[in-house]
Amino acid sequence: MIAVKNLKKSFENLEVLRGVDLNIEKGERVVFIGPSGSGKSTFLRCLNLLETPTSGEILFDGVSMTDPKTNIDEMRQRMGMVFQHFNLFPNMTILKNLTLAPVRTKHLTREQAEKKALELLRRVGLEDKAGGYPAQLSGGQKQRVAIVRALCMDPEVMLFDEPTSALDPEMVGEVLDVMKELAHTGMTMVCVTHEMGFAREVADRVLFLDEGRILEQGSPEEIFNHPQQQRTRDFLNKVL
Amino acid sequence: MEQYAAWKAMIVAGESTTAWQKFYVFFYQAFLENDRWQQYLSGVGTTLLVTLFALMLGVVLGVLVAIVRTAHDQQRPGRHNPVLGFFNSVTKVYVTVIRGTPMMVQLLIMGFVIFASSRDYVTVGALTLGINSGAYTAEIIRGGLMAVDQGQMEAGRSLGMNYTDTMRFVVIPQAVKAILPSLGNEFIVLLKDTSLISVIGGKELLYAARGVVSRTYEAMYPYIGTAVIYLVLVMLFTWLLSIFERRLRASDRR
Repeated sequence: MIAVKNLKKSFENLEVLRGVDLNIEKGERVVFIGPSGSGKSTFLRCLNLLETPTSGEILFDGVSMTDPKTNIDEMRQRMGMVFQHFNLFPNMTILKNLTLAPVRTKHLTREQAEKKALELLRRVGLEDKAGGYPAQLSGGQKQRVAIVRALCMDPEVMLFDEPTSALDPEMVGEVLDVMKELAHTGMTMVCVTHEMGFAREVADRVLFLDEGRILEQGSPEEIFNHPQQQRTRDFLNKVL
Repeated sequence: MEQYAAWKAMIVAGESTTAWQKFYVFFYQAFLENDRWQQYLSGVGTTLLVTLFALMLGVVLGVLVAIVRTAHDQQRPGRHNPVLGFFNSVTKVYVTVIRGTPMMVQLLIMGFVIFASSRDYVTVGALTLGINSGAYTAEIIRGGLMAVDQGQMEAGRSLGMNYTDTMRFVVIPQAVKAILPSLGNEFIVLLKDTSLISVIGGKELLYAARGVVSRTYEAMYPYIGTAVIYLVLVMLFTWLLSIFERRLRASDRR
């Protein structure tokens, strides 16, 4: 579904990604782990072109994301993204946050969008917040709303950029629960996270990224219990 | 009236007069004789009109310039729109020239060089002030747009909305709140700067005062009176703006 070929990205003189190759199948749940500065977030942001790759190719369903002729807005409508800092729109009610994009991109009519938004809110237990503003929500609630906002576009793949890193520890669970539930629906997911428990439980494949390269990849069992690389072992020893 | 004539004669003759008599004579002479207060009043009218026109022109120009510059800066690397690049250079020159030269010089150039044949000094003055204000307003607006968290634009774009929609529904509404206090300040600066158009013959408040001074050879009362009128106007608008801002802030605590 997503094919990445020799992806490189530099900021000024800093080479963040030094050639990443990856194929993600439909329905696959891929989790990226690695030390900070290893390029995990940059890689994820390259997938929907929030960062423009310096070189390399990204194919989504066979369409090149980096081709200037590709309508990037249409491609992004098929990929949901959840950010570390939620990035809800503070000037709108929760419901408006959820329906703005589907309505403006003509993905759904206003009635359809509101119906869908309320249904999804109910599923994450926040339907009573529809009329409220983001400032009235806790961090965990904000992130659940942010996930719902992405889902309102009916994406084919969901990208999670450290979705629990900015949360109080007690709120991490509620967000992970929503993500696990999403995983059970068969959604294709690409996650950058420091939640090793989540990676172990949900991931089909875990990738260890270090200094802009995929150093090691495999099933959670392989990576967490039998890491091949010394660097991976060191990292896991520190975080587990 | 008769009292004014009598006391004025005493002052002219150099006879000793009380402070009250002096005040009465000079005040009467500066504001009441020949219904001079009407000149000040119509001057205030012109001042307000020029301020309003200049503010509107300034905001329109400022929004255009800010949009061009922000859109240019936010283009994806490797995707440079040459038309946008051209307009961006134009706006850069505009902002640099306007901010880099004194308003008084701009007025003199507009009044006596570019529109030398025009006799409509007020309009020329208002136009100059508007163009001047536009450069400052543009920077205020650009600052407001840049102050909105970059994550807001990213969130909008990641949902598949285009640049224009994301700006319109997400970024601009949040920027407006940040901009309004500075814009109010710009309005007050403009109000005071209208006094400069008297140098090209615009008949605003200071022009009226100068006319009175040149006829009575007495500067203190017309000029201090003018200062008081400006002060009252500015205090009035500051008060109105503070009420407006309080209302805006109230909506934050929803």
